[in-house]
Amino acid sequence: MAQFDFSVVTTGEFRQWLVQGFLLSLRLTALTWILSLPLATAVALARLSSVRPLRWLSTGFVEGIRNIPLLVHFLFWYFAFPELLPESARNWLYDHDAETVCAVIALTLYTSCYMAEDIRSGIRAVPVVQLEAARTLGFGFLSSMRRVVLPQALRIVVPPLLSQTLDLWKNTSIATVIGTGELMYQAQRVETASFRGVETFGVTTLAYLSVSLAITAAAVLFQRGFPARPT
Amino acid sequence: MIELLRTYGVYFLIGQFPHGPLGGLALTVLLGAAALVLAFPLGVLLALMRLSASAALRWPVTALVYVVRGTPLLMVIFWAYFFLPSLTGQKTGQFATMLAALVLFDGAYLAEVVRAGIQGLARGQTEAARSLGLSYATTLQRVVLPQVFRNMLPSLVNQFVTTLKDTSLGYIIGLQELSFVASQVNSQVVVHPVAIYGILALLYFALCFGLSRFAYALERRAARVDPEFRAANA
Repeated sequence: MAQFDFSVVTTGEFRQWLVQGFLLSLRLTALTWILSLPLATAVALARLSSVRPLRWLSTGFVEGIRNIPLLVHFLFWYFAFPELLPESARNWLYDHDAETVCAVIALTLYTSCYMAEDIRSGIRAVPVVQLEAARTLGFGFLSSMRRVVLPQALRIVVPPLLSQTLDLWKNTSIATVIGTGELMYQAQRVETASFRGVETFGVTTLAYLSVSLAITAAAVLFQRGFPARPT
Repeated sequence: MIELLRTYGVYFLIGQFPHGPLGGLALTVLLGAAALVLAFPLGVLLALMRLSASAALRWPVTALVYVVRGTPLLMVIFWAYFFLPSLTGQKTGQFATMLAALVLFDGAYLAEVVRAGIQGLARGQTEAARSLGLSYATTLQRVVLPQVFRNMLPSLVNQFVTTLKDTSLGYIIGLQELSFVASQVNSQVVVHPVAIYGILALLYFALCFGLSRFAYALERRAARVDPEFRAANA
């Protein structure tokens, strides 16, 4: 087998492509995360609501999205969704980096329905008596939430949310199917141009792993610092 | 929509079969099922190695599980796609490539499920079996694993749903599974992307939602007949 030469992909133009891809993957993850959290919280609250139509709607949202592969979400938002828009909106989309916008829409919907389920089970895991006891002791609703319920719920919710963040980071790679210029897309581009498969995929795998392991380490540290307490 | 289904419905379901290779929904299910069936023994083996008393067995497997879980499946597929041929010395088809990547990926995930199942089982089970004079292997085979497998049945069905969704990545390396077939129909028809990708989404939904409900029913049943399952999964 040929000699490996990693300097081909760690210097010059190829390095620049890979770094650009890595940064876009990070940006996709960050933007999706920021958009998903409030949406997921809203969906989780709707799932727990006593209003029936809200519950049906949010259940439909969660089941409808998570039973369809993420790849299909990408294909739909990029190839089908623009056809539903009026012409002016469609032209605006194509002028504003449609690949990235559609990737963020698909990733946000997909991620938020998984996060919603984690938040829902986190809220349900704190017994109602905790709130009742705090209120009986004279705390107001907001300070009972802030001092009693939320500290317990966060301990339960943060580890699964970090695991969803890890999945989100890995899922950004699928955006390559619609030509979003993230890390996986750039890796394929570099491989095609350089014929250096082992080097390109080696460096790319390390880049994915480094962020994944950082997220995993954060989850372990959190669980060590704030273990969920038996109630 | 009706017209589309009349013209391309069979193509969606089985691809060019019987005039060409099997494809479409049938290939998606076949690939998902084959991957899970092959990944299962690998997952059990990896889980036993991770729980082994010997560090030489434990460390490599722990590292493998972390690496596989930290890498996107698509990356694993590309490694398989470009390097299986040079490893095996012969041309590897897209089906075999996807199968290899999925078995490795699912094996690492199932290893964690099996490990959690073994660790969740009451220690008294193993201790009682060993006290009765059963060997380590017999204890695993007759006492521990049967209970673990029964408890993990719902997780296994859920893993099947995940695997079915993952087979859609075969699209990227040109495997004729459901997503690829739908995209081919779209490039022939051109003017109905919403209907075509809508049909694609509905087919996946029907398959995966049905299986998810089945897993949920299994969970409920297990909790009803077996209080220990309820305690272990609470």
